[in-house]
Amino acid sequence: MTNELIDFVLVSIALLGIGIYGLSVKRNAIRMLFSIEIIINAANLNLVAFGRFLPHSGGQTLALFSIAIAAAEVAVGLSLIIVAYRMYQNIDIADFRNLKG
Amino acid sequence: MADVVFLALSVITIGSAIASLEFRSLIYGSIALMGTLGGIAGFFLLLDSPFVAMFQLAVYVGSIAVLILFTVMLVKRELIFKKIEDKRRKFVGIALMLIFITALGSVIMDSGIKSITTDEPAVDFRTIGADFLIYYWPALILMALILSGSVTGALVLARRENVENDQRTD
Repeated sequence: MTNELIDFVLVSIALLGIGIYGLSVKRNAIRMLFSIEIIINAANLNLVAFGRFLPHSGGQTLALFSIAIAAAEVAVGLSLIIVAYRMYQNIDIADFRNLKG
Repeated sequence: MADVVFLALSVITIGSAIASLEFRSLIYGSIALMGTLGGIAGFFLLLDSPFVAMFQLAVYVGSIAVLILFTVMLVKRELIFKKIEDKRRKFVGIALMLIFITALGSVIMDSGIKSITTDEPAVDFRTIGADFLIYYWPALILMALILSGSVTGALVLARRENVENDQRTD
């Protein structure tokens, strides 16, 4: 294999940074969901990369579980966004403040 | 040293990740997110894990990205093209991202994993299948329950109550 472990880890750090930027700057609920997806994918890339370089099958197995759980998370997140959109007619998270104390 | 395919894939992945957050239209943003997810599948292929790569393509690019695209289409037209963010917060966010990437990157470059390479053969996908059926079958059943529970919860959440009293403007 010509690629080293550090290359994959650096790509995953870059993706994590982009995800954190999106979560801290954007107020659009759907874009925040995009950022969460990017962070989850960075984590999956790390799992598979470390599993390849050990080598051990555990990394790929855990990545498969993580992808399946992420699918459930997206379904629930999108339905929450739809409910909030129906209530407020907006997807700006600064408007979702009925629960604010 | 990284090869050309790796560099091209990382440019596609990171570039479309930035584009998915920065495109004005949410629809183009979700298409760019598909590029990121497909790029990650390419990385899985480079890491000799074709099974995970196909799973990623089927679940993420095939279903999650399309689900996001359909949700975006349910939102009002002017909200799709409206950018909601503060200018000052944006600069702080970019600074935070750069500090984070340089700090974590320099820590990892100084650590011991810098020189790790491998010549050992990759894990066969038959091993993963055997692992799933021998060791992880309770986790598989639990995951099936979690998935069905969350999908049911999502349907219940998004359900419209008293549809016939709804005044729609068609």
